[in-house]
Order: sequence, then structure tokens, then C-alpha cells
Amino acid sequence: MRFGVIVFPGSNCDSDCRYVLEKMTGAPVFMIAHKEEKLPPVDALILPGGFSYGDYLRTGAIACTAPVMKAVIAFAKNGGRVLGICNGFQILTEARLLPGILLRNKSLKFICRSVHITCENNNTSFTSLYQKGEAVSMPIAHGEGNYYIDEAGLASLKENNQIVFRYSNVSGSFSDETNPNGSVESIAGICNKEGNILGMMPHPERVSDPILGAVDGLKLFLSLNKEK
Amino acid sequence: MKPSNPPQSASRHPLLTNEEYQQIIALLGREPNEVEIAMFSVMWSEHCSYKSSKVHLKRFPTTGERVVCGPGENAGVVDIGNGWVAAFKIESHNHPSFIEPFQGAATGVGGILRDIFTMGARPIALLNSLRFGPIENPKNKRLMEQVVSGISVYGNSVGVPTVGGEVNFGETYTKNPLVNVFCLGIARREAIIKGIASGIGNPVIYFGSKTGRDGIHGATMASTGLDRSKESRPAVQVGDPFTEKLLLEASMELIKSGCVIGMSDMGAAGLTCASSEMASRGGVGMTIDLSKVPLRETGMIPMEILISESQERMLVCIEKGKEAVASAVFQKWDLDFAVIGFVTDDGLLSVTNYTEPVAQIPVEALTNKAPVYERPMAQPGFQDMITSLNHDVIPKLESYSQTLMTLLASPSFACRRWVYQQYDYMVQTNTVVGPGSGAAILRLKESDVQLAITLDSNSTYTLLHPYYGGAIAVAEAARNLVAVGAKPIGMTNCMNFGNPERPETMWAFGLSVEGMSDVCRTLGIPVIGGNVSLYNETAGLDIYPTPVVGMVGLIEPETRPITPLFQSEGEVLVLIGDTMEELGGSAYLREIYSQERGTPPILRLEREKAVQNLILQANGLLSSAQDLSEGGLAMALAKGCILSKMGCSVEVDRGKIRNDAVLFAESQSRFLVTLAERRLYQLKALLDQADLPYLVLGTTGGDSLKIAICGSMVVILSVSDMEVAYRDGLARYFNVSK
Repeated sequence: MRFGVIVFPGSNCDSDCRYVLEKMTGAPVFMIAHKEEKLPPVDALILPGGFSYGDYLRTGAIACTAPVMKAVIAFAKNGGRVLGICNGFQILTEARLLPGILLRNKSLKFICRSVHITCENNNTSFTSLYQKGEAVSMPIAHGEGNYYIDEAGLASLKENNQIVFRYSNVSGSFSDETNPNGSVESIAGICNKEGNILGMMPHPERVSDPILGAVDGLKLFLSLNKEK
Repeated sequence: MKPSNPPQSASRHPLLTNEEYQQIIALLGREPNEVEIAMFSVMWSEHCSYKSSKVHLKRFPTTGERVVCGPGENAGVVDIGNGWVAAFKIESHNHPSFIEPFQGAATGVGGILRDIFTMGARPIALLNSLRFGPIENPKNKRLMEQVVSGISVYGNSVGVPTVGGEVNFGETYTKNPLVNVFCLGIARREAIIKGIASGIGNPVIYFGSKTGRDGIHGATMASTGLDRSKESRPAVQVGDPFTEKLLLEASMELIKSGCVIGMSDMGAAGLTCASSEMASRGGVGMTIDLSKVPLRETGMIPMEILISESQERMLVCIEKGKEAVASAVFQKWDLDFAVIGFVTDDGLLSVTNYTEPVAQIPVEALTNKAPVYERPMAQPGFQDMITSLNHDVIPKLESYSQTLMTLLASPSFACRRWVYQQYDYMVQTNTVVGPGSGAAILRLKESDVQLAITLDSNSTYTLLHPYYGGAIAVAEAARNLVAVGAKPIGMTNCMNFGNPERPETMWAFGLSVEGMSDVCRTLGIPVIGGNVSLYNETAGLDIYPTPVVGMVGLIEPETRPITPLFQSEGEVLVLIGDTMEELGGSAYLREIYSQERGTPPILRLEREKAVQNLILQANGLLSSAQDLSEGGLAMALAKGCILSKMGCSVEVDRGKIRNDAVLFAESQSRFLVTLAERRLYQLKALLDQADLPYLVLGTTGGDSLKIAICGSMVVILSVSDMEVAYRDGLARYFNVSK
């Protein structure tokens, strides 16, 4: 598996992703600048967290017009695996590669803390090593992670098994209590119908290195890495 | 140079005294013109020149085998082994944060980040020390919300984690809140860049944001009281964290390209300060052509360009002939840049607008020849009154449990989660221990050592006894580091004081520096830089003297970092150090009896050193460790229980002191540690060998905190009740339920 990490001006989890991929999977990682129009030979792309273009105008809105995005969209539509984390998820919805949108947190404040999320769909190349219904701990760190989609869209997400992660308690059930940001049905991560594009607000790369005391995110990168 | 309109006196520039104005004439050999007066008034301001504090700051020990770069640069630098160094500094943004709290705090973060990366070090962590008036007052609450939000927006966006700090409240800060920001960065030793210009003919390049009218006279605002805050609004700068991030990456890349001679950010006093200080450090002169400076507004006059404090701007001196290398970097990051001047050999800062002369001042006149004052010092008349405290008049408590609960739920002690969860404390994936439990710990991807960082201060102690207030701030910061297994290797400080023209202010300042210096010497901790913030006064009233200490510690690869969390049931609790009947200046007196009086606890230097050495030596035996500070033994036990969600039972023999002193006295040089029972004999052997007093208190376990004194149970509290009180104590003011 060869990974590519897209670096927009203002991305700030790009090197965190690279570090964890190199250290924990041993796979080669290409850093791809926003001005590139062609992608290097990669099998999966990561759109990392951060504040691309300062999040000015609207989160992800400017990033999705960057030169590199044409190539990213073509790669994704061609079945290439694309993972958007946090700001990366926001960019994927802005680019219409994933449905719905991320609004400001219900509290109107930035929230950084560990939450539990439950894997609702382990039938993707990102989650195959998780059990369905498995609750894991991952940090969130965002001001705009309140996932919104209209009713028809939500029905379609469910019908196509596109809800991949939900905020939950430690035993996997969810309620307003366990929903940190007001997301519709506690949605923390979704994929497209084909399952090759995943967007999620929690940061798996922050819980993948044993020295930081938790490794619940590692299975996501290992799942991806075992794909051909 | 001929003055255009020779002013008759300094009266139009109230920040220069008539004596200072005469000194300027002597240095120039002529009357200065308007622009030159403006340049002198910012460079000779308290904020830039340290004219009242310099004589005192000399006392700090600033050398040591790890010191790579001491005070006088944008940040201090210490060696952390394997060819790596750590750069760090703390700075205040107090006045701007009162006038415009969101931008004031945000640009405070921006400024300290630039101080670090201008040295060639990549910022890896931020801390902040905040002080507001009582949170019950809606105005203070709003200030706090805005300040926290400003720090959050700026730090999060740039991608540097805010991993800890402190928030405190006191009436004295109602009209003069304190916002102190600390940043730590790391670099290869050979990549460290100084703020120097040298090499005759080398170009001086401006890069970053365009210059506007924001922040004009920010440095002078920071050098006066806050009586005219409404008129000061334009003096607060506006921050743009996105540009800062680009500036950071571009600066790192520029240094890597090998063309940089020296670099400085344009902070207080803007272009004037950056250019004159860079030239001064290199012992050279410099030309500046203002017509080359990228501007964001039309019609700006030379004086405005010279002293604007627009944010996110850098000045760099590069090797002649490498302009193309530099411009490729700026273009890659879409940053404005321009060659605005050159290094000269005449020792003059010669400013022109196109070819028209604007100002010509010897560099040294602006920098090293700034006035230095030995201000008069006098003990305040009220000092004896506030230090007197007769313990017999402190009423006996009805319920120690209730008192402990009151303390836990007070804004002074309650959990800071409402604050720190607005900060991204994990970005960069180095945070081993984040906010909420003492010192923060960072792993380094580049090296096998870890770094621990902390901020500390106690303004009640400093008010009551400036020497011990300063001394204890240093000792406690070191204790925080030692508790986690880190050896302190360097210190920075932010001296927040009142009006230096009042002898009482300088009396406290001088004594604080003395106390801090004595502890630094005893513990072998060099002071490698810092910041002085004076004129923290409103309507003629000074804030409490508030020296804030920032400290960095090194955790060796073989050391296992520990925290205050009890690791398992059945661990033995040991209190190391002596507890005395020291209630003066305690949080207990302040929170329960609304009294800030008495003499703060005595710090015995040799004892402090011995205890800290022992804790480092015993690290491998311990399961948890924390130092005892505000709230004393009872608070340390309660925190241990709450953080680890586990109870403990302890029994203390009080000796000859009152029960409330056993529980709440803040006697110094004490640690609470836990360890497996089978290791207790080893710890005892070490303690005996070092001739240190200790008490074996009891064991961890159960779901409540039980404290007995001489056989009678004085505290019984369920851990979950304490947890709720602690969790909601601050959050309840912000209408958050969890």
C-alpha cells in the first residue's frame, strides 16, 4: 500500500498522519502539495485535519477549489480510497464526494476531548479490522463537526449502510448525552455508497502510537494497509 | 538631518520625560524630528527598554552547561541532547487583552509563536497563565470567555497544541486581567538563528502580512496604566493565524535553505524595534527604504510605517546573492516580501522614503543607550498589617468534609476542563500528558528524551511576602516537573507588576527577583529569558505583584514519567516533608474566610533541593507523585482520588498543630507519593539516607476519601461527590452541564 497525504496551506495534521503511517504500517507515504495537478503513484489518499486556508469563508470551501482537488476527485471517482479526517471530512463534503455538511458545534465552541465512537459498518476497507458494534475511544478536536443531512439523505445513508461511525457510550449505545456536537443521529463518520471514500471527525492518527497511551485508531490504518 | 518642525519639548509625547528628551538631543547632537521622537518613544518605552527592571534582572543566574542562548534574544535556548535544543519563552499580552480580549489574547499567542520560530525552532507546545477578576461578575466572565476563545482560535489554527497552564481569579485583576503565553519549540542545535544583521551590503528582507495602521503605539500602551482604554482601541492588533502558519512554514524552509544570517519578528515597536535590535546585535548600521514596505492601507505616513504593530511580519537579513533562493520560498507560501534595506558599516539606522531622508539615529541610541533607572524602593505602609495573623482568631471548623468540598467547588480549585477543552492539546501527536494533572509531558519524535513543561505563580504569597512569593513560584514549578520524573533544565519568567514609578512596586519587584534568583541558584536552574510587564494598574491601583514562572524539564529515556493518578488499589501513600502550622497566605484562608493575610510558608532552600533530588532518585519506585501546593494535603489527596476515580484511607498524627493546618497548610517542600507496599522499604531507605522526614499515611482503594487525625475521622467523602463538585465548580458559570 502506498499512501498520499494532501497538504493544503493551513493543514496541520499532515505530518501526524505521515508519522503514524510510516511508523506503524511501514508503508511509503507521499506528501502532495495543494498546487500539484498530478498525483504520484499512490493507492490511498488522506486529507488531513487542520485549518486549510484558515477555514476562511467556510471550512473546506476554499480547499476544494485547490488545483490538487481535481486529481483527488478523479482518483476517488475511479474507486481510489480516500480518507478525510476532520478538516479533510469537511473538504470532502464541500467537494460533494460525501453527502451532508458539517455545521458549527451545538455549543458554538471548539471541543477537544476523547469520545467513544462505535463502528457501525466494518464492511469497508477502512474498518475491516474493527468489529461491527465495537466501541472505541478517539479524540475529537473541532469547532465545526456537527454533521447535518436532510431526512431523505439520512434515509439514503441508512439504506446504503453509509454510516460508519457514531458517537456513543462505552458500550455502543448513543443518545443526546453521548453526542458531543449535535450531529444528526450522532454521526461521526460516513462513507460513500461504494465505500471507497470515508470522512470522519475523530482523529484516528492521534490514538495509533502506543507511546501516547492509546491505540484505538491504529486498526483503521492497518485495515487500509492490508488492502491491495 | 534637520528636524522638520522642531518640537519645543517632549510634551506632545508624554511617554518621554523632559530628561529623556534632553538625553536624545545629547545622543543625536541635535533636536530630533517628529518621526525620530516617535521611534525613541517606542524604543525607550518600558516595554521595549526594560529601563526600570534591568538593574534587578541582572541578578538572575543565566548560565549553565545546557544554555545555548540566554536572555537578550527572541527566546532562550537550552541543549536537550542528541544534537537537539529547546527554545522557549513567556510573554504577556495584558493590556490588549483587557481592551479587546479576543484579539488581544489571539495576538499574544501569535507573538510568542513568532519569538520561537524566528529562532529557527519549530513550536511544539503552548501554555498560558490567565488571571481575571472574580468569575461571579459577568464582565469578568465575558472577558474570560473572549480570552479563551482568542487563544483557542489562534493556537488551534496554527496547529500548535495548548497543553496546559493556569487560570486564577482575584479582585485585583478585575480591571487589569493577565494573559501570559508560553511557547516551547525544538530545533537542531546548528539550525538556531539569532536576531542579528551583519555583513556589509547584505540585504534586509521584509516578509509576511502587509503593514497597516493597527497596533500603532502598542508598546507604549503596554507601558502606561489603563485609564484611557477607550482611546487605546486602535492600538490592539488583529491576528491572522492562517498567515502565521504560512510564515512559520516559510521561516523553517528559509532557514533550511542556508541563506539566513539573522531573523526577527516585528512585534512590539514593529519595524523600528526589529531593525534597530538586529543591527545592534551585529554591531552594524542599516538602511531602510519605507517606500519598499508592503502596505495594506493608502496614505500611511513614515512614522506609522515605522511603529505599526501589524501582526505576522518578519524581518530577515540574508546573504547577498541569495535573494532568488529566498524569493522562491516566499512565492511558494504566497507571502508578500520586499528587500527594504541593507546592512551598512556606519552604525546608523538610516530611514528614507524613496530617497527622501526620514530619520537617522545611531542604532545604539535606540537600543543599548536607552535610559536605565534605579527606581526608588520602599516597603508599603500596609505590609506589616497584612502579614500579621494570629492563628487563634481563625474559628474552628464545624466540618472538615464540607470545607474540602467548598474548596473543590471553588473557581480557584475546580476543574479547568471548560477552558482546556477549547484548546487543541493533541495536535502534532506529542502529548503524552495533557492539561488537568500538573506538568504536561511531550514526547519528541526526533529524540528519545521527553520534555515536561509547567507554569506557576502565587500572587497572594507575593503580595504578602515578595521574596517568598517569587521563591516559591520557582520552587513549585520545579516540583511540578520533578513529580513527573523530569529534571528542570531552564526557566523563563513573566514579571507582571504595577507602576514602577511607585517605590512600593519596585520594592516588591526587587524582592521577588531576589527570591526567584536564590531558588534558581540553589536548584541549578538558569533563567534563559523572559518578559517584564509593568504599569499593570488601573486608576492608580496596582495589581498584586504576579511573577509567573515557566519551566522546562527533561525526562531521560530510561525514566518512566509518572502522574498524580493512583495506579491501583492497595498502594501505600507516603507524605514526604514536614507539615507546619503555616496557614498564612493559604488558599484555605482566602476561600473559606476571605482573608489574604499572614506570612506565606517558609521555603528552606537546602531542604527543597534535597526533597527534589530524592523524588527524582525514587522515580522508579513510585506509582504516582504530586507536589503539595494550594489546599495542602487534603487537596492533594482529593485530587489524587478524583483523577484516578479511586478512594484512599489515611491516618495522620498531627503532632502539635491544629487539625485545619494538618489538612490545609501549604508548608513547602512536600510531596504525596504512592507506591507498591513491597517497595516501601526501598523508599524508606532513601528517605533515611537523605535524612528527610516522612509519614506513611495509609493505602489507596475503596470509593471514598477517608482522613483520620489521631484516631478520629475528620473527612469522609465519596469520590463521586467530590468529582461532581470539582467538575462543575467552574463550568457552572458557563451554563454547561457536563
